[in-house]
Amino acid sequence: MYGEFDLTLPQTLQEAVKALNAAGKDAVPLAGGTNVLIDLRSQRLVPKQIMDLGRVPGLRGIVVEGGRVTLGARTTVSDLLASPDIARCGPALVQAATVFAGQMVRNTATVAGNIACGSPAADLVPPLLSLDAEVTLTSTRGSRTVALCDYYTGYKADARAPDELITAISWPVPEANTFGTFYKLARRKGDAITVNGVAVSIGISDGRCVRARIALGSVAPIPMRACNAESLLEGQVLTPERIAAAAKAAAEECSPIDDVRATGAYRRRMVEVLVARLVENAVQAMT
Amino acid sequence: MSSDKAVTLRINGHDETATVPSHRTLLEALRGLGHVDVKCGCEKGDCGACAVLIDGEAVDSCLTLAHSAAGREITTLQGLGTPENLHPLQLSFSELGAAQCGYCTPGMIIASESLLRKNPSPSEDELRHALSGNPCRCTGYVKIFEAVNAAAEVMRNSGDPK
Repeated sequence: MYGEFDLTLPQTLQEAVKALNAAGKDAVPLAGGTNVLIDLRSQRLVPKQIMDLGRVPGLRGIVVEGGRVTLGARTTVSDLLASPDIARCGPALVQAATVFAGQMVRNTATVAGNIACGSPAADLVPPLLSLDAEVTLTSTRGSRTVALCDYYTGYKADARAPDELITAISWPVPEANTFGTFYKLARRKGDAITVNGVAVSIGISDGRCVRARIALGSVAPIPMRACNAESLLEGQVLTPERIAAAAKAAAEECSPIDDVRATGAYRRRMVEVLVARLVENAVQAMT
Repeated sequence: MSSDKAVTLRINGHDETATVPSHRTLLEALRGLGHVDVKCGCEKGDCGACAVLIDGEAVDSCLTLAHSAAGREITTLQGLGTPENLHPLQLSFSELGAAQCGYCTPGMIIASESLLRKNPSPSEDELRHALSGNPCRCTGYVKIFEAVNAAAEVMRNSGDPK
């Protein structure tokens, strides 16, 4: 059963960051609880204090303003699915939200929680990486933003200091000539842990690729960008040969392991297949 | 550290007081208060048997702390309808044989209700999507989908916003 802990329910952000500053590593922030409660049950997590952010106002919602999309940290996966703004400014994120767990988990799991859990299989992270998302971290010292591609420092390790809270996630509204998409390879459509997650964001102007983002989940210790593959596409005409070369590069730069869901060799092969497929789909969608 | 504390929970329109430590889940608190229509299955958010509505949205009560649910409107299966006045979902599940062992049924009906409140005419895909967190190991789902569709039609025709 659960280890014992104290539960605090701060009423404002100020109160939350103050308490977190005082408690440091002893406190674990709780948003939707769909990861934290499981870790408490298994006693992977044995905190002195759980800080439930459910009462803090202003942490949930989606705003498009000044050319940026900003999500409050407690925005849920179901909120993403219900938002016309996200459908327009982050279709890959909608695709990931659609195949995310089951209804009850989607109704409570939050975007910030999916980032904070640090799992290489966190499904919202590859789409957010492909959108150039930034994470806003807030503490009593103020707020700072960290590019999501710099957020993870190792397996389940991140740039968040113990006294910081993720308060927002934001990204620039994609240019009109950009196509974004996500594919989750798993044993079934719902309620499954990802074997490979691939998100791409491709921009084409005057027949040439002006933007390439390829983000991969479940094939490295952290959700990663396939930067070598991206640089093989940017500035180029996206011929089938060019796309195949980039897909091969992506397969080479990831480092998948064998686990209960698939072998590393299978995952690496599927990265090549899926990156090529998604980039081709993007090219076709824009021509 | 954590010791027993009173928490007032608004359950099916009535205030009830549970005296539980901070680490107790809403599932444990509800069953402790006698709400055994909320079923305990996997206790890790995979099976949906413990689903309840919180402020109208289906959530897994095993992934919610009891004290976090204070002040929220909690609805269990028994809050949807009574034996004398069954909710259309309860009626169609029983009439169309959408249950075998019945263990998943409370969660299945709560998840369906949460869907139909937002989307009174779900497509087959939308229905499957909404119930993807509620595995049933008996029925094969066909009768469950039939029952939800039948109830949805009754609810649309009754004009009842529920």
